[in-house]
Amino acid sequence: MSVEYNADQKIPHPAMWGVLYKSSTPFWDGVKEKRVMLQRCKSCGYWLNPPRPMCPKCRSQESEWVAAKGTGKIYSWVTFNESPHSAFKTPYEAVLVELDEGPRIVSNVVGINSDELEIGMPVEVTFEDVAEDLTLPKFKKVG
Amino acid sequence: MAIDSIKDKAAIVGIGVVDFSTDIGRTEWYTACQAIKLAAEEAGVNIDDIDGMVKSVDDGPDPTYTGKGLGIDNLLYHSENHWGTSAMMNAVHAVAGGLCNYCVYYQTAHRASGPEKCISDFLVAREFRDDSLDMVRYDYFSPFGLIGEPGYVAMMYRRYMHETGIKPEQLGWVPIVASENAARNTNAIFFDKSITIDDYMQSKLIADPIRELDCAPKVDGSIAIVITTPERAKALKQEPVIINSVASGYALEGQNYTSYTRDVITDLPEMENMAKELYRVGGMGPKDIKVAMLDDTFAPYVPMQLEALGFCGKGEAPAFIEGGDKIRVGGQLPVNPDGGEIGQGRFITTRIVEAVRQIRGTSTNQVANTDTVLVASGAGGPADGMICRKE
Repeated sequence: MSVEYNADQKIPHPAMWGVLYKSSTPFWDGVKEKRVMLQRCKSCGYWLNPPRPMCPKCRSQESEWVAAKGTGKIYSWVTFNESPHSAFKTPYEAVLVELDEGPRIVSNVVGINSDELEIGMPVEVTFEDVAEDLTLPKFKKVG
Repeated sequence: MAIDSIKDKAAIVGIGVVDFSTDIGRTEWYTACQAIKLAAEEAGVNIDDIDGMVKSVDDGPDPTYTGKGLGIDNLLYHSENHWGTSAMMNAVHAVAGGLCNYCVYYQTAHRASGPEKCISDFLVAREFRDDSLDMVRYDYFSPFGLIGEPGYVAMMYRRYMHETGIKPEQLGWVPIVASENAARNTNAIFFDKSITIDDYMQSKLIADPIRELDCAPKVDGSIAIVITTPERAKALKQEPVIINSVASGYALEGQNYTSYTRDVITDLPEMENMAKELYRVGGMGPKDIKVAMLDDTFAPYVPMQLEALGFCGKGEAPAFIEGGDKIRVGGQLPVNPDGGEIGQGRFITTRIVEAVRQIRGTSTNQVANTDTVLVASGAGGPADGMICRKE
């Protein structure tokens, strides 16, 4: 089911640590523009997911960021019945989505009940403003 | 391939275990010194002769403090390895390579009552200012509430259930057998009596499909192990436990507990690579192993390790653990006769201690005629392992 938050608690996200996350900044900049950005090796096209400084296949250090289509399938999920962080109301799901391009990313679902979730379910990205300063890419049923 | 010259070139000659607790009431510095003193006394090694110290980078005060506490002024070798029992490799390499004579491997962690690290500021700073791959957790997982190791493992385990068809009624036998073994182990503090499959099925799904009983509880403890050469061991108090081989294993696209981007996320390639090397160096195979000390920090890793280490074929592990008979003492392959980390708390070096006791024949849950034990650690990340044997 969709995640509900405790409004008085900060959702943990990179910017709040107060440090510069050099490798993921293009992803979070992309989210602000409602895009899911992925890093890819410029030399051989291998997906660098999560982002990293060198391609493990061809050892090139030249990479580029490209926007994913935003469609994929549920690959796995977890239902948290005990919250590991005060910002998240239980129960809620974290899902692993396999994007149509191949890379898998962790996210949440919107408008899908726990008992509807299944591995292989087609989903598409939607962007949810979860706090004044935070938008997250989440996934809903296709169509 | 690594060098073969470490085969049978080091031996465990003493162990020191500070009683486990959920509130040990001392600093880690105190119990680190206490465990090393106990281990040296058990071995019959004078503390002044300890000239090597190794540890995991995460657990316990570094040798500067520990050596200061113990009054050691002649440290020829000290080093830290990452998680698991990988520091055992450092100790074996140092002793077999002649870098030091009596090396102590210590693990001190007060995870239940809260860390009292001498150098905690350093650790916290490292955790939050690093831009390494593990930061992915903070960057890409935390905003979505995927936080904490039970959740990380649950994401993999849901997929494992889907691909293998393993049922909770099968996985449950890992904690059930752990509870039976822990109930017999006077050193294990978590189970006074064994649990049933009903108890397991009623255990809270904290991060569904991971249950509370699938997770090793936090504990305060301190363990030290003395390693030297088999030759020097002859003059000491205990029957030496020969370290037949040590090895580590890595694999592409690995990330601690969260290697979600691999084509297949439901096996343990690091453990498979480690096992190949371990058996090759030691000249042994899975059939030569009498007792397996496996990483049961989270229960799903036990069936996965049984397959990765060659104790059963691919896809056979769920049936292998079901009912518990094959993994109990007296079964085809007794696993963690001490109750493992599920029974004793999250404390990796307990596996080495139990391996030593099984070889010596002094376990609280002794497997008859144990002459070889395999120790595996680091399931779900970089793996390491050891085969030890009777002299």
